[in-house]
Amino acid sequence: MPKDNGIGASLKRREDVRFLTGTGNYTDDISVHRQLYVHFLRSDVANGTINGIDTAAASAMSGVVRIFTGADFEGVGSIPCGWQVTDRHGEVMKEPAHPVLAQGKVRHVGDPIAAVVANSLEEARNAAEAIDLDIHELPAAVDMRKALEEGAPLVHDELGDNLCYDWGFVEENREAVDEAIKNAAHVTTLELVNNRLVANPMEPRVAVGDFNRATGDSTLYTTSQNPHVIRLLMGAFVLGIPEHKLRVVAPDVGGGFGTKIFHYAEEAFCTFAAKALNRPVKWTASRSEAFMSDAHGRDHVTKIELALDADNNFVALRTATLANMGAYLSTFAPSVPTWLHGTLMAGNYKTPLIYVNVKAVFTNTVPVDAYRGAGRPEATYQLERVVDKAARELGVDPVALRRQNFITEFPYATPVAVEYDTGDYNATMDTLETMIDRDGFAARRAASEAKGKLRGLGINCYIEACGIAPSNLVGQLGARAGLYESATVRVNATGGLVVMTGSHSHGQGHETVFPQVIAEMIGLDESMVEIVHGDTANSPMGMGTYGSRSLAVGGSAMVRATEKIINKTKKIAAHLMEAAEADIELKDGQFSVAGTDKSVAWGDVCLAAYVPHNYPLEDIEPGLEETAFYDPSNFTYPAGAYSCEVEVDPETGKVTIESFAAADDFGNVVNPMIVEGQVHGGLGQGIGQALLENCAYDENGQLLSASYMDYAMPRASDLPLFKVDHSNGTPCTHNPLGVKGCGEAGAIGSPPAVVNAVVDALQSAGKNVLHIDMPLTPARVWDAMNG
Amino acid sequence: MYAFDLERPATVADAVTALGADEAQALGGGQTLIPTLKQRLASPSVLVSLSGIAEMTGICTRDDGSLAIGGGTTHAAVAVGADVFPGLAGLAAGIGDPAVRNRGTVGGSLANNDPSACYPAGALASGATIVTNAREIPADDYFQGLFTTALEEGEVVTEVRFPVPEASAYMKFEQPASRFALVGVFVAKHADGVRVAVTGASENGVFRWSEAEAALNDSFTADALNGLSLPAEGMINDLHGSDAYRAHITAVMTKRAVTAAC
Repeated sequence: MPKDNGIGASLKRREDVRFLTGTGNYTDDISVHRQLYVHFLRSDVANGTINGIDTAAASAMSGVVRIFTGADFEGVGSIPCGWQVTDRHGEVMKEPAHPVLAQGKVRHVGDPIAAVVANSLEEARNAAEAIDLDIHELPAAVDMRKALEEGAPLVHDELGDNLCYDWGFVEENREAVDEAIKNAAHVTTLELVNNRLVANPMEPRVAVGDFNRATGDSTLYTTSQNPHVIRLLMGAFVLGIPEHKLRVVAPDVGGGFGTKIFHYAEEAFCTFAAKALNRPVKWTASRSEAFMSDAHGRDHVTKIELALDADNNFVALRTATLANMGAYLSTFAPSVPTWLHGTLMAGNYKTPLIYVNVKAVFTNTVPVDAYRGAGRPEATYQLERVVDKAARELGVDPVALRRQNFITEFPYATPVAVEYDTGDYNATMDTLETMIDRDGFAARRAASEAKGKLRGLGINCYIEACGIAPSNLVGQLGARAGLYESATVRVNATGGLVVMTGSHSHGQGHETVFPQVIAEMIGLDESMVEIVHGDTANSPMGMGTYGSRSLAVGGSAMVRATEKIINKTKKIAAHLMEAAEADIELKDGQFSVAGTDKSVAWGDVCLAAYVPHNYPLEDIEPGLEETAFYDPSNFTYPAGAYSCEVEVDPETGKVTIESFAAADDFGNVVNPMIVEGQVHGGLGQGIGQALLENCAYDENGQLLSASYMDYAMPRASDLPLFKVDHSNGTPCTHNPLGVKGCGEAGAIGSPPAVVNAVVDALQSAGKNVLHIDMPLTPARVWDAMNG
Repeated sequence: MYAFDLERPATVADAVTALGADEAQALGGGQTLIPTLKQRLASPSVLVSLSGIAEMTGICTRDDGSLAIGGGTTHAAVAVGADVFPGLAGLAAGIGDPAVRNRGTVGGSLANNDPSACYPAGALASGATIVTNAREIPADDYFQGLFTTALEEGEVVTEVRFPVPEASAYMKFEQPASRFALVGVFVAKHADGVRVAVTGASENGVFRWSEAEAALNDSFTADALNGLSLPAEGMINDLHGSDAYRAHITAVMTKRAVTAAC
């Protein structure tokens, strides 16, 4: 019987009531009395010298309050980067300044040059058109390989070249890997591109800055996945506002997918301008602005080599990647191709020797940072593609080759510095093979061929790392932040609970799932628990929501805080029932004394804490409120096996996904329905990357896919009915819930499955196609078949 | 968008008068014009909405058997109302999404003549007559390249007359992002010959593929097209497909349209 409450129940999402009835409160819904509007004048060239900005005529136009340029931010800090990577030579990465408004140079199409603050948005836009810009356009660095060549146009003149860092991991393994590859019985090599993506959350970014002259306090309302992080980065590094004088509020947020983690110039601008003008300043991105100012994702160019011995055991792996940073270092950009990518290169396999080289490159493009999966999709894609290619070259079954090389004993220390605590890769593969009726594939292929279509089957595994931690380790790796999470559990006098968490919810369903956990611990109905998040004034210091960390890290903090509450209520209950604390049991919201019929209800104990007439005041304080910070001892390692079956129209190259199955190990699952929804969403984005999405620039750095006319988003009609399974959960061994995280898996595991399937389909028609770069548009597939 | 005045005439005559104003611009269903205005890429002083003109909407069969569709008739209305011409109804039903189909109009689409729009292929293959407030223009004379038509300044498409072919079909191969036609081919078999019109593919907008028409006049079968191909030269070459790909897809879609029409 499925549970109907607590952990394991597929409760409907309580937040959906407001999201689906138009009663959510998004940042753009927030307007502050006497508010002004800002419009950013953005660069329309990718690289150029600013010779002059004449704002005189524009400043005199109707409704204009003030026009800001880079010169107004001379004394203001640079938009900071939150992660410092040290390269293979022991040098720290190059970290160029990132001004709030461009100073001296513009470095990508969309780089903000001037900000017009006016009484209305229309007036701001009108005035922006009247600004006289004198920009000398320069050749742009766009293609990463060319950007690293001698004499390439420079994104940052002062750096001397466009190389941010040259990272080697594990550097000590380099020679041994080279040697093993040289001596291997077989080496499979693959060069591929992990295509640049635009996150495209439904809600574009918005910022409202406010300043209270009476108190000197600043407030920023912003579309963020982590308001506390924004408060720290913007307050401490950009504007010099101490955290106790700065409040950051991220109310309902309409999707993040990573791109709303980062601190953006527009947030700093609105906060700064509100104080300078003593009036609130609001900015709402248009979709066009989102395309050219939201941090993009992926954009790797990789060569991977897999070496096997004569028995098809993986003996070594070597990868070399160029990773695009764009024009400036976004908040976590340096960590994505390094610590979130190199550490996952072992995948599900016991390859003993691995070396990963990553050169991060500045280009005259929008900054690139974490996007759903962040580094792990790039690792999984290249690994699972090269394994598939190896199986084809060796003439062995691709699943058998994987199984042969699976890690089967845990804990397992990989050669890339992480330790998998638990997992069962054969179990998820067994389930997957059952789900997809692999034996029936030949008949399905024959049926497709009878219709003139090609059919292919792609199967792969993935592993990812969620809940990045512990803080002392990531600090050694260059993180400039801790990676704990916090929770305060406040029990009210009548027994209801309010949980204040740093884990922001922007589609994940936290407001439903977190109460399930707490209600289960105490034995209450979920409706007794309310989740509060998204406001630095309400929650203790929190690190926010990304990397599938909310339940594993934020949920664990809640468990710890709730345990403190339970301990205290047991003391109170023991007092009320005149029993020993050790004899008190809590079940179904009732405290009882073991071996007796004495009991007292949860609500009565809570009331006693706030009306402490009969209360052990000499031993414990009144009140019921506890805070916990949880810093995990390790990552969690969700893993699974995915399968994609496609039909390819050989006349047009069009790929249709006929079926897609996902067998995941997420450890314990709190709300199966929400987990399935997360997988569906991830699969949609992964399939979008594989078949449709492509953020493209021309050689001058002009954004070609700057709107939905040219940037292809996946739609429901592009996707099959997914088959998903999470029955093979091996509980995480080191967090109290045994959970692993499910938010990114779908986007990580699905791109190689799609590409493997398309290659399989083309091979079935005798086409010597071993690889096609994503997205596998009809034109690309047809070109590959006929090229 | 920039500020503008809005006129909502109730008759064609009033619309034509309103369009005589300086920098006036006709507004059909607005599916192209409104996004253009929002991007500040157009700045008309007066928008003359044609959507309130009753005499410009509706579908009827004329005495000569042709289908007359008011210029202000929406795609959605054509999709359900043009049942005597299933090829055209199918074309209308496949434009954009329901929101687009319930706003966009046949007159607006033909006046705009987007090189990737569907209706130009339907009108050209049908041998339609574009009726304006001033004259009747045969489709063969009407389409004059990308976003260019025979319409004069201030001229309004009041009606389009579609001869109903004996057999017809429209096959659209969608551009993955916009879902406009990467290539769209309308094949119409009339008593006096086959017409094949191609949209989406050419740098010069919609065109007739005369070699395919000749082959299909000999035998209205997909096999009749075997071996026929179009040169890549002059085809659109962009992010979504090369010129050679578009030429290839044109041949594939033409065959499929013939098969569907048979």
